[in-house]
Amino acid sequence: MVELTLPKNSRVKDGKVWPKPEGASNLREYKVYRWSPDNGQNPRVDTYYVDMDDCGPMVLDALLWIKNKVDPTLTLRRSCREGICGSCAMNIDGTNTLACTKGMDEVSGAVKVYPLPHMPVVKDLVPDLSVPYAQLSSIEPWLQTVSPEPAKEWKQSHEDRQKLDGLYECILCFCCQTSCPSYWWNGERYLGPAVLLQAYRWLIDSRDEATGERLDNLEDPFRLYRCHTIMNCTQACPKGLNPAKAIAEIKKMMVERRV
Amino acid sequence: MSEMRTTLKTVRGLGSAKDGTMHFWLVRISSVALVPLTLFAIGLVFSLIGKDYDAARAVVGQPLVAVLLILFVAISIEHMRLGIQETIVDYIHGELLKVSILMLNTAFSLVLGAVSVFALLKLAFGG
Repeated sequence: MVELTLPKNSRVKDGKVWPKPEGASNLREYKVYRWSPDNGQNPRVDTYYVDMDDCGPMVLDALLWIKNKVDPTLTLRRSCREGICGSCAMNIDGTNTLACTKGMDEVSGAVKVYPLPHMPVVKDLVPDLSVPYAQLSSIEPWLQTVSPEPAKEWKQSHEDRQKLDGLYECILCFCCQTSCPSYWWNGERYLGPAVLLQAYRWLIDSRDEATGERLDNLEDPFRLYRCHTIMNCTQACPKGLNPAKAIAEIKKMMVERRV
Repeated sequence: MSEMRTTLKTVRGLGSAKDGTMHFWLVRISSVALVPLTLFAIGLVFSLIGKDYDAARAVVGQPLVAVLLILFVAISIEHMRLGIQETIVDYIHGELLKVSILMLNTAFSLVLGAVSVFALLKLAFGG
């Protein structure tokens, strides 16, 4: 059955309130999820105060400000700090998004920061994404052909190339994947929106010759059909993509090849 | 990995069931069929307001009305069974419990359908 309450050792407790920076007048309150595998304690939510006159405008700026100036043990992933690597995906103000492209001014009140939902936590804001990564590799996201390789490259018309727009931009941050209730309840068997969007990216590619085999692999009550068009994925995507539509297109292909 | 299995092994599991599209398609087809049938059934109920049992029975007993009502009941129940099945598969995770409840769902739908169709036939053919 679906678990409605957390096990005792996972219940989130009130954490430490860190001191306000001295002499700062323009403060912003941050409530950040903390958990460490090393001390056997429950997760807790720590409160920090960020000096806005000394900090950039994005949530990631504030988290790094905290890490550099207040609490070096705060653990998070980040790399490009401009919305192209997908590393700093986390739950901010109740929505999965990228900390580097989420402005603090978009949030009212204290900024609440949690790891991506329903994934095992490695530490603090770092989720264990090994299952979605394995799911991605299970759909074989690369060009598959049978025809002899051309001397130069596989050609594609401009119209066919345009079909990949809205799909190739995915940065695999898994904001959509971890916002999907169907993925929460059946995450090991349902492929989830991010992986299905990638699957569609290869299904619709005019150069790929494995379309039938790809559809065969997806045609499953769990892998594909746990999607109930909840649309959290599309709402969450920080790149403005539409995984729900990609999934609907896969379902259409499934019907098309048998009707 | 505590079980010494790779994550890919877990994710691939028992492979694709190569199934699910018929379920998806049946839900859509039955939805389309239920649009006119439901409007008909609601209209019928309104047209019978205030009439006594014999008058209502005479209307429901007409061949076209009886056939449409049987279709309405049968397709509604099949649509309901498919929907409940999805909910069970979503939320119930123990295999034994899940299979048992899926069987109950099918049995409940069959009994409900049989009783409803029998009642309509009895109204149509008298007795």
